Amino acid sequence: MWKTIVKRILVMIPQLFVLSLLIFIMAKFMPGDPFTGLITPETDPARVEELRIKAGFYDPWYVQYVNWIGNAFQGDFGRSYTFNVPVANLIGDRAMHTLWLSLLSVFLLYLIAIPLGVLAGRYHDSFLDKSIVFYSFIVYAIPTFILGLINLFFFGYELGWFPTSGTVDIKYESGTFGYLWSKFYHILLPAITYALLATTAIIQYLRTEIIDSKSMDYVRTARSKGIPINKVYSRHIFRNSLLPIAAFLGFTITGLLAGSIFIETIFGYPGMGKLFIEAINGRDYSVITALVMLFGFLTLLGSLLSDIIMSIVDPRIRID
Amino acid sequence: MKNTEAIEISKEMKASSPPTGFQVIAREFMKDKLAMFSLISLIIVIGTIYIWAWQIDQTQLMRISLRDKLAEPGEKFWLGADKGGRDILGQLIVGARNSLTIAIAVTLITSFIGVVIGLVTGYFGGWIDNIFMRIIDFFITIPTLMIIIVFVTMVPKYNILMFILIMSVFLWVSTARLIRSKALSESRRDYISASKTLGTSNFVIIFKEMMPNLSSILIVEMTLNFAGNVGLETGLSFLGFGLPPSIPSLGSLVSYAFDPFIMENAWWNWLPAALLILLLMLAINYVGQAIRRSADARQRLG
Repeated sequence: MWKTIVKRILVMIPQLFVLSLLIFIMAKFMPGDPFTGLITPETDPARVEELRIKAGFYDPWYVQYVNWIGNAFQGDFGRSYTFNVPVANLIGDRAMHTLWLSLLSVFLLYLIAIPLGVLAGRYHDSFLDKSIVFYSFIVYAIPTFILGLINLFFFGYELGWFPTSGTVDIKYESGTFGYLWSKFYHILLPAITYALLATTAIIQYLRTEIIDSKSMDYVRTARSKGIPINKVYSRHIFRNSLLPIAAFLGFTITGLLAGSIFIETIFGYPGMGKLFIEAINGRDYSVITALVMLFGFLTLLGSLLSDIIMSIVDPRIRID
Repeated sequence: MKNTEAIEISKEMKASSPPTGFQVIAREFMKDKLAMFSLISLIIVIGTIYIWAWQIDQTQLMRISLRDKLAEPGEKFWLGADKGGRDILGQLIVGARNSLTIAIAVTLITSFIGVVIGLVTGYFGGWIDNIFMRIIDFFITIPTLMIIIVFVTMVPKYNILMFILIMSVFLWVSTARLIRSKALSESRRDYISASKTLGTSNFVIIFKEMMPNLSSILIVEMTLNFAGNVGLETGLSFLGFGLPPSIPSLGSLVSYAFDPFIMENAWWNWLPAALLILLLMLAINYVGQAIRRSADARQRLG
């Protein structure tokens, strides 16, 4: 067990190294440098030059790379020039917002997907099953930004049920119940949008798993012992089929990160995805490199998590 | 007399031979009415878009006329006009043509790269396979969407061709992985070993003997990738990192919705493009799923 985990982590290290190298090279090719933003008609060119030398702008690339990676390990990603704060602080604030949104999304995702998957599997080939399969096809085919926009237009603007941007209503004071409720209310529509889009994989997996279990020996044994059919489903089959679903958690994280760029931009929610778009538009390179590195790291972490859960649940796939 | 007999025999042979790839696909579509409907409407819509877009004068279309600013749908503009008084319907047609062309180009390029790499690595195995698998593993773990966006903003002299190339660089991976795994099991089959002992060259074995057996999987993969590429291109253009702003795309039309005023009061600016993307995605994916079912004997309806 531990052997598997350690092995997976060791595989991660060269991947992270290559990713960091790629990002570093990308950052070098980006036009301008950290001091371009400071230049105004009144700045003395000699002063900017001095700053560049001091920051190691003319060092050989490998020295720069080692410096950059060394600083990154200590949580220092440089300063953001558009916001004029350390990048780590900036991302820290935004990451909390993305975290809340992600937690609610994952919760809603499982809340919607598990009952649908179980029903589709149990009443296999019925009208209910066919509608659920059709629903899961539709949400699989819709691009994230289209569903996001249509939800925002319909529920946010036309019906006015949900706020259309931001994280919290300014009229509430921090710490009160109203404040928390307003925060929750703001992330509800983006979270529902994300949860709906991600349901397909879980529904399909759970459905086939339950259909397969129906003809298993342990189910027949349970039935012949006289256990009511409802109990067989809720206790025996459900529990067996549910464990692998946990392994989807890792992939869900990966999907959430890619989705957050669209969802947060559409719903005007100041998380990491929106920060990335703002940084790109403002050519804020230290923020861009830090975010790409962070997202790459989290993506790797997601697949690591999936593999670990999978190897706990199913001992057959442990590498030895 | 002898001749007619030969014809008789060949007719009989035809009737008894198992259905070939396209016959199976055709039967699947006959059975699944919704798939048939999707396919026909897809052909009609895409045909209309290409022919119509060919008739539209693009410089005339993109000319700004402030008198028609945000004109409502009516006789002059069937689908109204945008902030610059430009006809939405014309932009919709030209944009759809551009989006589809890019998606087709990316699908063809990535399929070609993916098939060649997948077949070669799967067939030879060994160190070639090892090297490419490491590269593929790396591509799978990077945040692709973000890196494409960074490349798009970074590249000097950015144009449509550049955009297609940037997308292709990151999207061949899944096809290569799928084809590799299939080629790996196919290369262990007897007919390949037989061909090898006969001294057939590797090139002929890979591309003339092995590839036709993987064609049904490839068609499915290409259809679903095509849908994915339409989604990705429109998504990137929507965020502003796709086609240059002077060239209409379905995604950039949808991005008019970023303006809350337009979102709420001028729905004709963005909703038609959003619905067109939605319908295209549903139809292409549905067709893809029907072809996938026909490629797998256990799932066939017909």
